[in-house]
Amino acid sequence: MSAIEVRGATVRYGDVLALDDVSLTVEAGRVTGLIGMNGSGKSTLFKTILGLVRPACGTVTIDGHDPASARRRGLVGYVPQSEDVDWTFPVSVRDVVMMGRYGRQGVLRRARAEDRDAVDEALERVELTALADRQIGQLSGGQRKRAFVARGIAQGAGILLLDEPFAGVDKRSEATIVRLLRELAASGSTVLVSTHDLHALPELADEAALLLRRVLFHGTVAEALEPANLARAFGLEAS
Amino acid sequence: MIWEWIVEPLQYDFMVRALATTVIAAVVCAVLSCWLVLVGWSLMGDAVSHAVLPGVVLAYVFGAPFAIGALVFGFLAVGLIGLIRGTSRVKEDAAIGIVFTTLFALGLVMISVTPSQTDLNHIIFGNILGVSDADLLQIAILAAISFGVLVVKRRDLTLYAFDPTHAFAIGLSPRMLGALLLGVLALTSVVALQVVGVVLVVAMLIIPGATAYLLTDRFGRMLVIAPVLSAACSVVGIYLSYWIDAASGGLVVVVQGCVFALVYLFSPRQGVIGRRVRRGAAARARS
Repeated sequence: MSAIEVRGATVRYGDVLALDDVSLTVEAGRVTGLIGMNGSGKSTLFKTILGLVRPACGTVTIDGHDPASARRRGLVGYVPQSEDVDWTFPVSVRDVVMMGRYGRQGVLRRARAEDRDAVDEALERVELTALADRQIGQLSGGQRKRAFVARGIAQGAGILLLDEPFAGVDKRSEATIVRLLRELAASGSTVLVSTHDLHALPELADEAALLLRRVLFHGTVAEALEPANLARAFGLEAS
Repeated sequence: MIWEWIVEPLQYDFMVRALATTVIAAVVCAVLSCWLVLVGWSLMGDAVSHAVLPGVVLAYVFGAPFAIGALVFGFLAVGLIGLIRGTSRVKEDAAIGIVFTTLFALGLVMISVTPSQTDLNHIIFGNILGVSDADLLQIAILAAISFGVLVVKRRDLTLYAFDPTHAFAIGLSPRMLGALLLGVLALTSVVALQVVGVVLVVAMLIIPGATAYLLTDRFGRMLVIAPVLSAACSVVGIYLSYWIDAASGGLVVVVQGCVFALVYLFSPRQGVIGRRVRRGAAARARS
């Protein structure tokens, strides 16, 4: 069964057409790269999958559920872009990961033993156990990303959306994140990564989709990276 | 000597009531302020605390609880701000400025034409020394409601402040949480305006949270530091006003501002001078 199924989604912001009849099927247990330049609609597509943006027409199905019921079930974990996060916020790494558990807790969001175990396990999985009590902004760029991935793991989300996870991340951390995402996919998770960073792609992704307001191409990474395809995705005429 | 300094004012009932009211208001405002400074709602706090004025006057005229009028006008103000921002090219700060000053001015006009035994001007500048037992009871009830809601919803509100998208992704409603925070803000404004008046409410809604934010990296600790500091500042302010015979509401805020200045300079982690001292000590330790 496909994990995410977007069919014919069209999104307009006022007069601006952000997504034009986008259809995309993301398979479970794979890492899918979503490639496009700034303004190509990658973030809008993520928001549409989450249900933050309602398409003018078209549908989104997540593990067979509509977005609202998928959210209530905590199926989708979201790793935001760095610039969307207030890194001076007074929360520790552990606090952030614990936020992944809120959907499963009572009204007071009081942590039970199972929540603490899940958080410890997620922190270990992303190798941040030693830094768990640091304030979130005291981590490096790559560690910050891993903290948010850990939040998705603690949430028990089978589907992870990562918006530009390699922006402002050094090479070594990038390799760690790639390995982590590959492991998650190998254990059955669905991973959809938006990026305009092409050189990480062959190692990271099983398949890639090229987006420029519409899906120009969806297939193997090698094919996606062919000059003719890239030229179209990045708005250049093939010469 | 110091003992007399502390005890003498307490022989007056109005001073006891003033101290009780101020501490109650200071604590609930300070707790709320922790979220306001992190969400970036300082300006909104200013706006809502001013915009409730016509609601309070109307409530007075019709004999309804102040809180109802304040809630209605608090939400009305935020609705109007959103409407102007969303449907015209006017930016948010200008929209806030237009709406809250207009509503505040409307309140002033309404006060000027409302015949009343009690002086409605007290709402503008506060009248902490004239608080009656009934006022104190009303303030205590409203404060307890605000405080209770904030404590029960504290983790959700922190999540809303930190990452509303994640809140949405796990099935919570950021919109509802924002509205909840706004409702508590309107309610708390009513509590605080009886102490320091509409004009200075925003100080009690921002300074404690901002001060605590400079002292710790843990939100849980902010929620303790802010109210403790704010309550202490308020008591000092009230005593000062007794002994130097000056405006009590004004002094409460001045003391809070002074404490903020000290923390801004000397906080070990975030203070402008405190950071230098720490760096110097670290450099000496290395050499």
